[in-house]
Amino acid sequence: MQHYIMNLTLKVWRQRNASDAGHFETYPVEGISSEMSFLEMIDVLNEKLLKEGKEPIAFDHDCREGICGMCSMYINGRPHGPWHNNTTCQLHMRAYQDGDTIVIEPWRANSFPVIKDLMVDRGAFDRIIQAGGFISVNTGSAVDANAIPVEKEKADYAFAAAACIGCGACVAACKNSSAMLFVAAKVSHLALLPQGHPEKKKRALSMVAQMDKEGFGACTNTGACEAVCPKGISIENIARLNREYMMAGLAENE
Amino acid sequence: MIDSKIPTGQLEHKWTDYKGHCKLVNPANKRKLEVIVVGTGLAGASAAASLGELGYQVKAFCFQDSPRRAHSIAAQGGINAAKNYQNDGDSVFRLFYDTIKGGDYRAREANVHRLAEVSANIIDQCVAQGVPFAREYGGLLNNRSFGGTQVKRTFYAAGQTGQQLLIGAYQALERQVALGKVEMYTRHEMLDVVVIDGKAQGIISRNLITGQLERHFGHAVLLCTGGYGNVFYLSTNAMGSNVTAAWKAHKKGAHFGNPCFTQIHPTCIPVSGDHQSKLTLMSESLRNDGRIWVPALQNDKRAPNDIPEEERDYFLERRYPAFGNLVPRDVASRAAKERCDAGYGVGTTGQAVYLDFKHNLIHKYGKAEANKLAIANPDTDTLIKLGKEVVKEEYGNLFDMYEKITGENPYEVPMRIYPAVHYTMGGLWVDYELMTSVKGLYALGEANFSDHGANRLGASALMQGLADGYFVIPYTIGNYLADEIATKPIPTTHPAFTEAEQKVSERINRLLSIKGKQTVESFHKRLGKIMWDKCGMARGEKGLKEAIVEIGQLKAEFWSDVLIPGGSDEMNLELDKAGRVADFIELGELMCQDALDRKESCGGHFREESQTEEGEAKRNDEHYSYVAVWEYMEESKWQLHKEALHFEVAKPTQRSYK
Repeated sequence: MQHYIMNLTLKVWRQRNASDAGHFETYPVEGISSEMSFLEMIDVLNEKLLKEGKEPIAFDHDCREGICGMCSMYINGRPHGPWHNNTTCQLHMRAYQDGDTIVIEPWRANSFPVIKDLMVDRGAFDRIIQAGGFISVNTGSAVDANAIPVEKEKADYAFAAAACIGCGACVAACKNSSAMLFVAAKVSHLALLPQGHPEKKKRALSMVAQMDKEGFGACTNTGACEAVCPKGISIENIARLNREYMMAGLAENE
Repeated sequence: MIDSKIPTGQLEHKWTDYKGHCKLVNPANKRKLEVIVVGTGLAGASAAASLGELGYQVKAFCFQDSPRRAHSIAAQGGINAAKNYQNDGDSVFRLFYDTIKGGDYRAREANVHRLAEVSANIIDQCVAQGVPFAREYGGLLNNRSFGGTQVKRTFYAAGQTGQQLLIGAYQALERQVALGKVEMYTRHEMLDVVVIDGKAQGIISRNLITGQLERHFGHAVLLCTGGYGNVFYLSTNAMGSNVTAAWKAHKKGAHFGNPCFTQIHPTCIPVSGDHQSKLTLMSESLRNDGRIWVPALQNDKRAPNDIPEEERDYFLERRYPAFGNLVPRDVASRAAKERCDAGYGVGTTGQAVYLDFKHNLIHKYGKAEANKLAIANPDTDTLIKLGKEVVKEEYGNLFDMYEKITGENPYEVPMRIYPAVHYTMGGLWVDYELMTSVKGLYALGEANFSDHGANRLGASALMQGLADGYFVIPYTIGNYLADEIATKPIPTTHPAFTEAEQKVSERINRLLSIKGKQTVESFHKRLGKIMWDKCGMARGEKGLKEAIVEIGQLKAEFWSDVLIPGGSDEMNLELDKAGRVADFIELGELMCQDALDRKESCGGHFREESQTEEGEAKRNDEHYSYVAVWEYMEESKWQLHKEALHFEVAKPTQRSYK
């Protein structure tokens, strides 16, 4: 792999706090190696800003290996940038060429208010999980792990849904700011497993109710969420959620 | 002085006897007792959820925006448990024995045996929560093998086992939040423990969004704050992983156990340049199927696929024929370093070795698949194609991650890997009940020192975090809180709270008033370099002494020239980082002291002065069969206490994986 050095222009959203209107600032960055990660490029810029007596750009990040779900930049109009099945922290600078301009914004959704600069509040996701995204089993009351066989195919689907990292890219990409993919992934993960069956009706109803309460928009099946999901969560899960929700509603009216 | 409170009686009965005799708190009283849990990784989330279920009133804290982000999430390969589902001879005793031996006889037998005993319950609990472990076609759970063992006892969910386990614990935690039993404080950092009459009674925390300092009372405080690998700057830890909570506790009287015991993981993606902010692990499970090699010729610049089989040195298989590529982490790391130092390393820096999957793609998986499909005399390309499908299912996400970072396809070209700091076996000293040397203050998971001795075996960190949180603390905390039922919540206007908050506030103001010229990051990098060079994979007396002097100088420079913009009553990420780096600097000094004191090699601690003729680590049981328990006296001054280790069942032998 041939490595190269580039100079770039960044247009970054700066917003002091939740009540500030916010604006774009333009920053030139120089001497960026194609081997750097995108966030390491921001680190370089932040060190430079500090030395100039300016405030560094606030952004969320933690594991920097694509699994904690904390990083959340909207890069040139796309959550997590140009690569498929990828998080911002795993995006590397070889995706760019010398002279490129990169526009960086926070997730844009009413249910994810901006805290500062590129950092948003995704507490709504935790509250949706609180509404029913679990199996009610107290510590110590479990049966032997092999007592209930699970069809491999179903277990694999459940795992694929459970791979969601809760980053919120699906919401950021959606023109309606819908959280359907996030909710669907959790409902699917648990509904596909026999352990999740006893609560599946209540779970679908309460999680959807909480999602609505948080102000996320409706799903119009455009599939933008799936296209940007760093973990490749399929919109088949949304179909499954709709089915679960409908069945639960029918059962409730019985 | 050091009382580890290990129950008497036979090893295999200790935990059962303890549970049968420890004090209980009745449900009505549990409601009146408040417990603070700091950190929401596997240990913290499982403890907070379990204590909430029992009826305690819990407050949980994490510095991230959600408890689901804690760094346990990044654990890849798996979790051990003595289920013996594979019928390959596993048992509680074998898991216990492997762990003690793997830790190079520097862990407590009683703790490790308990860990092995509860390991099976963990798997049951996780499956009941909906953790989607890998399964066989018959619907039952699958296992893989890991380093330092000869059985298959590792349960896994592709290369995302930590994520799935943490989400299980997180969901259990959020369920308790919904039930009103746990109050969750996200984007909060603990900055001190409040100790009243020798007992932990609360914490001071900082709201990282507003900058506000807050006081919280608790009848007990649990630190589940992970390890301190970031003292090396570059490690596989998350960017936010830090020692601050543990360090504040240490300065309030909680002794630190074996601080120098650091695990350097053999298979990480090598450093690519000065810009590097962190290192990424490639799971140990890959050593099941990857073979590690370097060219047999020094400075061989040929592309790996151009080097013929007979000109490759599979150095782990050569040196350790019995365990081969699956030797424990410390052994594998040192062997890789030895080859690179001798000039056989690969890649642009020469600081890397190959991890090659081709052989097993073809011979193990490819042939097995071809047999299943009854393809007679398949050619190599077919075998590779068939093998790839299997490997993809097992490790697909890891291979993708590698390709994203390096731009190379590991199905075609061998991975380049090099050892990196990954885990810290050392931590706050705790007794059998997980209580630190401050009453009512507990440490769980990686934050304590207790179960892994001088080297942790793969897939044992997840096991320990969840054992502590789900199955140990719910019992042991009752034994303490039973005597606290009459203690009314102490109002946070108590002078001890006021004083603690004032000290925290003073330190913040002191940091902000320096207004120097050098960034926090630059100090952290310099500390990391000192630690890696002189207290890293190999440690010598001279280097350690130099390191202590250099760290002292760095500390003085930090406190006179660090640059932190902004104020204290707002979000200030540089300030957060500065506080953590200041604590890392102090910790670094203690780690070097500890490494200097231990004039033997054991597990991950390799003293250059103590090695066999073949360059293997040489333990000294006569003089060093103890836990180094460091008591904080004053700045840069500690007193060493020794907790003698007794081996009644697993008699220490020189570890051999040949």
